[in-house]
Amino acid sequence: MSKPSSPVDFGAYPDARGHFGEFGGRFVSETLISALDELQEMYERLKNDPEFQSAFDYDLAHYVGRPSPLYLAERLTEAAGGARIWLKREDLNHTGAHKVNNTVGQALLAKHSGKSRVIAETGAGQHGVATATVAARLGLKCAVYMGAEDVKRQSPNVYRMKLLGAEVIPVESGSKTLKDAMNEAMRDWVTNVDDTFYIIGTVAGPHPYPQLVRDFNSIIGREARRQSLEQFGQLPDALVACVGGGSNAIGLFHPFLADESVKMYGVEAGGDGVETGRHAAPLNDGVPGVLHGNRTYLMEDDDGQIIETHSVSAGLDYPGVGPEHAWLRDIGRVEYVAANDDEALAAFRQLTRTEGILPALESSHAVAYALKLAATMGADQNIVVNLSGRGDKDIFTVAAIDGIEV
Amino acid sequence: MTTLNNRIDRRFAKLRSEGRKALVTYIVAGDGGLENTVDLMHQLVASGSDLIELGVPFSDPMAEGPVIQKGHERALEHKASLRKCMALIEEFRTKDTETPVILMGYANPIEKMGAEVFADALQAAGGDGALTVDLPAEEAVPLNELLKARDLRNIFLLTPTTSDARIAEITELASGFVYYVSLKGVTGAGHLDLDSVHENLMRIRRYTDLPLCVGFGIKDGASAKAVSADGDGAVVGSVLVSAVGESADGAAAKDRLGAIVSEMRSALDS
Repeated sequence: MSKPSSPVDFGAYPDARGHFGEFGGRFVSETLISALDELQEMYERLKNDPEFQSAFDYDLAHYVGRPSPLYLAERLTEAAGGARIWLKREDLNHTGAHKVNNTVGQALLAKHSGKSRVIAETGAGQHGVATATVAARLGLKCAVYMGAEDVKRQSPNVYRMKLLGAEVIPVESGSKTLKDAMNEAMRDWVTNVDDTFYIIGTVAGPHPYPQLVRDFNSIIGREARRQSLEQFGQLPDALVACVGGGSNAIGLFHPFLADESVKMYGVEAGGDGVETGRHAAPLNDGVPGVLHGNRTYLMEDDDGQIIETHSVSAGLDYPGVGPEHAWLRDIGRVEYVAANDDEALAAFRQLTRTEGILPALESSHAVAYALKLAATMGADQNIVVNLSGRGDKDIFTVAAIDGIEV
Repeated sequence: MTTLNNRIDRRFAKLRSEGRKALVTYIVAGDGGLENTVDLMHQLVASGSDLIELGVPFSDPMAEGPVIQKGHERALEHKASLRKCMALIEEFRTKDTETPVILMGYANPIEKMGAEVFADALQAAGGDGALTVDLPAEEAVPLNELLKARDLRNIFLLTPTTSDARIAEITELASGFVYYVSLKGVTGAGHLDLDSVHENLMRIRRYTDLPLCVGFGIKDGASAKAVSADGDGAVVGSVLVSAVGESADGAAAKDRLGAIVSEMRSALDS
């Protein structure tokens, strides 16, 4: 078991003003402050309300399909030649990724707020689909902002959102990707703040979003902790998860933070290689700055302009990262590494062929690093990898790389 | 009258003594070409602008509507930056030593430069204040102290959604003037509600003696005059940025800005 006490009380973060050390906070225009105050007040009240918690637990069990299995990937373990690799199967959730844990939770908040419309930003489309899904279920109007480039890259998810009744709004400003979609969603929220609830999809944005998105996703780590004890009788030696904004990673990591024996690795998108500058790895190669309502590590130029990111995975193609990760990096609790596009693609193929599991390209980054890590560890050790999403949405991207028209 | 060390304070004192309303004009630094920005600033003053807000272009201008977003994008294509804004102010000051200049922008370029370096550079260039859109009161204290120590002003936004308790907190930090955002929305939006402006200015007035200027959604002389009836001035941005964007060159932009600002000036003075 873990050591009884830890010098850092991880449960005490963020502080009352949303700070994780020097990171986080609330860097938004004054117009949004009252909406954020209202959200924070409501969340503080509901998070300890047994009725709210049981509604959330019910939805996770009966709508999302939790708990998700912790699966021992025996052939993958054999191929890596070291520690046992366990996969936390978030890909088996309703809608195919961890994103729905958060949208189910925020939808309950939206319902309590009495607002009739929800909005979201999306990159790969997974969060957009998860938002459109819960909106359909609750009969809420739904608008999803998506960079025009991503609309092209992720057409199946665009159509899924439309089938679910959501309006998908292509964003033509800036680099036309996730960061611009988030700008546009913020602008919508400022304008329609009276009747609109903004469902942010990752652990970024202004306080209290990084906290509440983390809390809703922490079900991943709570289950994994219990399943580890049940299935192999001890805590894992290492956790591995991909990090774009970082919601699946924080969801897995957070319930283990006080367990000092558990090492944690957040895997960023290395793109063409961190050394090339063409990547989406701000924790490996960025500097602290302010974007989208929080202070965190960013990819920017010498003038403080946000620069374009590069990754084969649309869901990791983001120049910032959740502020709690920035803090966990600086205090040394989590190690942030990178997997390049080619490594992620190789892992995608390897997991598909050895286990019959088609992972999302995002999650393939975690698998790629886990394969390397396992090889350095003993056969009696255990690694839990967050398989955050399924890869059906990515088959067109992979086919295009293979030069095949599907 | 006591000596006022800051041009913004001096300008509002003068306007008050003359019984006039302030016309605050916004353009984006580098929009229409870096070489034309200082000329455009002089034109704004010549046509009747009392204070200039010089927009610092940012890649992710979250609070701007489409018109000013495009202005930022054009300015970035011209390689405008916070550092170059300082050089522009310095150049402006060689011919105009009295019109206040405020840098309006977002937190990240300042973070990158370093808040203290920013405050020093603004003072050295002859700037008078800063308005940082995404630095609300709870995050603004360190920069506020640095500006204050240099006799520079920190302009804060108040909005229809700002509670009374926050108005008290923000006006405690604010200096120079207070910028009241007339509507819920982004810059350039079209749903100005004059009753709400009146009500909110009265509410803010209970907490501060600072001049109150109203912006967002002001398109012409009539709307400028209407919003400043209960306040001390109007801020206009999107129509000017739009005019710069539609102009073929610097000379054309100068003419168009001149015409728009003159019309607003006469409406405000009528």
